Amino acid sequence: MSAPGKFRFVSADRRVREDRRFVAGKGRFVADIVPAGTKHVALVHCPHPAARIVSIDKAAALAMPGVAYVLDGAELAGATNPLAMGLDTPNVARWPLASDVARYSGEWVAAVVADTRALAEDAAEAVQIEYEPLPFVLDGEEAYRPGSPLVHQAHGSNVLLDRTFVWGEVERDFAASPHTLKHRVTWGRSSTVPIETFGVTASWDPWREMLDIWASIQMPKYPDQTAMALKLPMSSVRVHYDVDVGGSYGVKRGIKHTVLVGYLSRRLGVPVRLIEDRMENMRGGDMHGPERNFDVEVAFDDQGVIRSMKMRALDNVGAYAGRSPFQLGKPIGAIVGPYKIKSVAYQAIAVVTNKTVQEAVRAFGQAPTNYAIERTIDEVANRLGLDRLEVRRRNLIRHEEFPYLIPSGSTYDSGDYHVVIDKVLAHAGYGDLIAERDRLRGQGMLAGIGIAACLEPSGGNSSFEPLLNPKVGTTTWMDSCRISIDLVGSITATMHTTSAGQGHETMVGTVVGEVLEVDPERVRVVRADSLNSLPSNSPVGSRMAIMLGGAAFHAANKLKDKLIAIAAHELGMPVERIAYKDGNAFDTAAPDKKRTWVELVTIAHRHIHRLPVGMEPGLSVSHIMPVPTGGALPTADGRVQMYPCFSFEFHLVLIAIDPDLGKPQIKRYVVGHDCGTVINPKIVRGMTIGGIAHGIGAALYEEFAYSNDGLLMTQSFMDYLLPSSHEVPPVEIVHHETPSPHTVFGQKGSGESGYLGAPAVIASAVNDAVRPLGIVVNSLPIKVAQLGDMIAAARDNKKGN
Amino acid sequence: MKVELDINNEKHAVEVEPRMSLLDCLRDKLLLNGAHAGCEHGVCGACTVLIDGAAVRSCLMFAVQADGYAITTIEGLSPGPGELSPIQDAFCETHGMQCGYCTPAMILAAHALLSKNSQPTRDEIVEAISGNICRCTGYAQIVEAIALAAERMRGQNIKTGQP
Repeated sequence: MSAPGKFRFVSADRRVREDRRFVAGKGRFVADIVPAGTKHVALVHCPHPAARIVSIDKAAALAMPGVAYVLDGAELAGATNPLAMGLDTPNVARWPLASDVARYSGEWVAAVVADTRALAEDAAEAVQIEYEPLPFVLDGEEAYRPGSPLVHQAHGSNVLLDRTFVWGEVERDFAASPHTLKHRVTWGRSSTVPIETFGVTASWDPWREMLDIWASIQMPKYPDQTAMALKLPMSSVRVHYDVDVGGSYGVKRGIKHTVLVGYLSRRLGVPVRLIEDRMENMRGGDMHGPERNFDVEVAFDDQGVIRSMKMRALDNVGAYAGRSPFQLGKPIGAIVGPYKIKSVAYQAIAVVTNKTVQEAVRAFGQAPTNYAIERTIDEVANRLGLDRLEVRRRNLIRHEEFPYLIPSGSTYDSGDYHVVIDKVLAHAGYGDLIAERDRLRGQGMLAGIGIAACLEPSGGNSSFEPLLNPKVGTTTWMDSCRISIDLVGSITATMHTTSAGQGHETMVGTVVGEVLEVDPERVRVVRADSLNSLPSNSPVGSRMAIMLGGAAFHAANKLKDKLIAIAAHELGMPVERIAYKDGNAFDTAAPDKKRTWVELVTIAHRHIHRLPVGMEPGLSVSHIMPVPTGGALPTADGRVQMYPCFSFEFHLVLIAIDPDLGKPQIKRYVVGHDCGTVINPKIVRGMTIGGIAHGIGAALYEEFAYSNDGLLMTQSFMDYLLPSSHEVPPVEIVHHETPSPHTVFGQKGSGESGYLGAPAVIASAVNDAVRPLGIVVNSLPIKVAQLGDMIAAARDNKKGN
Repeated sequence: MKVELDINNEKHAVEVEPRMSLLDCLRDKLLLNGAHAGCEHGVCGACTVLIDGAAVRSCLMFAVQADGYAITTIEGLSPGPGELSPIQDAFCETHGMQCGYCTPAMILAAHALLSKNSQPTRDEIVEAISGNICRCTGYAQIVEAIALAAERMRGQNIKTGQP
């Protein structure tokens, strides 16, 4: 926590204002919003991994009660533009419905519109589609090889991206190092899977030429992309941001859903909505996360100091391009993690396969990369017979070395990594933890200690876009806040995007209250819609504390300056002589000479003749803030400042595995957490532990598994396993604060840290546990059955020997 | 067909299809939107309501089956407009939520627990909410909320069983 007295409301343990409506069941989620006359969509999906659509017979469906329309892909593709994609791959075009060829099992082929969802589902079963199955490919490495079945014939290969970056003297550093090590680690296909599925309602008003949209969305450029696909001016698309989003963590980007219902609403002249059911969400919602193979090679000395790294990352992004390949780009901003690796070669490969489409997932590709780096550090220690902690300490950037430039062009802002680790070890009683591990081993358990560090790049910038697609010149992103003091002195702040549980209303109220020195509860926070909003790039990339918090801070300061200027004019003295306290402005030399809040507000709104010459009347200001350190295009060799701020976490766990069951049990979980200044401790704590829970899922339970014939086998929560309260252990958080020099309070991002470190630390602990049996586990998730089989085989092998 | 549902101590006569789930009936027919659809196959618990005081998944129950039982939804827990029950207030105090989607169901599950057990252990709280998936919080602040609510309700001598 911050030093006492540094702030009045920031860092104070205050309640989260959004909570009141949620505990009463009065959240306003998209499924709660049903305009009069709304019709409902159900989808017909392709049951094959790849198939030509030979014919669609809609007659039986159209004859069923309550059915208004059956839409196919040919009609939709004829009327709309393809959905936006990140890379320059025009022949991997995607529309909401497949036409001609369907490319994964679950892809939407037709949409049925009816009076109720139930009637639409009934009719969807009656749509007759004839398919001609085509060759398909599921495995990313196979898709990468020449001769593989092609997912998109017109593209000519399955490769969307294959670029190798070389930063520094990699070959020289490898040649000069006495040791090298190479291994493959893999990250399985999982996702954030919010409990609320994606939903959207669109309502076209032909008299006003306006498409109103309510959606459970978390997505930059959502109104723009919707308008472009529907061939509408953006001023005819109004996205309502006052919709509570029931969890997202990156994936709520239902652009194809939105274009579909937007088109249908215009076509039919009624509001149309699509609320995914869970199966639609899992198989056709296009929200799967990265599925990535890493081949990592490092060069190091006798002390375990790593000089250079070569990393090949191949990501299986599913059947279409979308935005997901950029998830190979963001990790470039922290490609060496918190370590002083001097040179890096990075090959980033994105391939299409006949699997469900990938979408942005919490940390945007950084969690898999962090897992690969941390697994590698552990293996370096094992190779040399050194302590894993000691190897990390020798490689970590030291506090006095910040700001620290990494080979790929990002400068880390600040950090105190060694101290955070020492605090965690002291809190945990590291010696006792080792003794406990050994005691468990003595009882016949397989027990292991996991160690992992991670960086959380935060501030959400777009530098990976021009880096991976030179046709995109987007150098940075913005966020904004507008604040008004009305004529009776009440304060209203406006934000310009949706939230999915991050407590942004609380944060804006806290920041405005801090600056204007008023109780944050007096600050009303509302959300604009997309037509009366200022620019925002939505809550992605751990950016809102930095960006929305920063914009609110600057807007509030503009207001404060205006109040001071009015007082100075009234009192006939320079503004430098005026002090502001608790809403009142007074002469520093004679504090009884003052103007109160009510007087200042009255002058600004009503006594305009008393304003300084040339000053705008009223008290409304806006601030639009670019990302700190952003704004530059990449160099020719692919160096660029990615995100501005870098939070640090250090995870330490003790895991016990019953050798007969193979089931890992987390006995202790301690995390050191440094996200700079904490604005709201309750929110940051929740984000941290929630991210860890999500990481535990990715490490041990969650996987979108496919059968050999290309069908998604995990389409429900009976087989895609989400951690329950039994699977998430108590988590002890050790706080540390290294403020960022780039932000208004020293804050950094905190939404992703748990998810960045938990998979790595669990993999570390499991490997520590099973290493005595000669087992190395290098793929996630580590499923109980597989681990149990590996342990059994290793024990049989030992007995046999 | 016609059913009469006793919801939050009010009788509601509703015309439903036999196949309509209690969840859909609450949301679509009665506009009680605090019960949420998460998986609609009985795993996530977001649709939880109380049936005669027990936590039940309203997605797995037909509306017609609920005829004759006392149904409590989240809308029935607030003592008055803008007022919070001790459990609701405890969830606010610990920030036992983020997005709020699973929250009404969590609070009802907590209510079912505390109406039977005024001094639950941590393990008993964990067990009581283990049928309710939260994707945001990792459960810690939810467990704390329920423990805090139990403590306060004991301290205030609130009769066990009242929200």
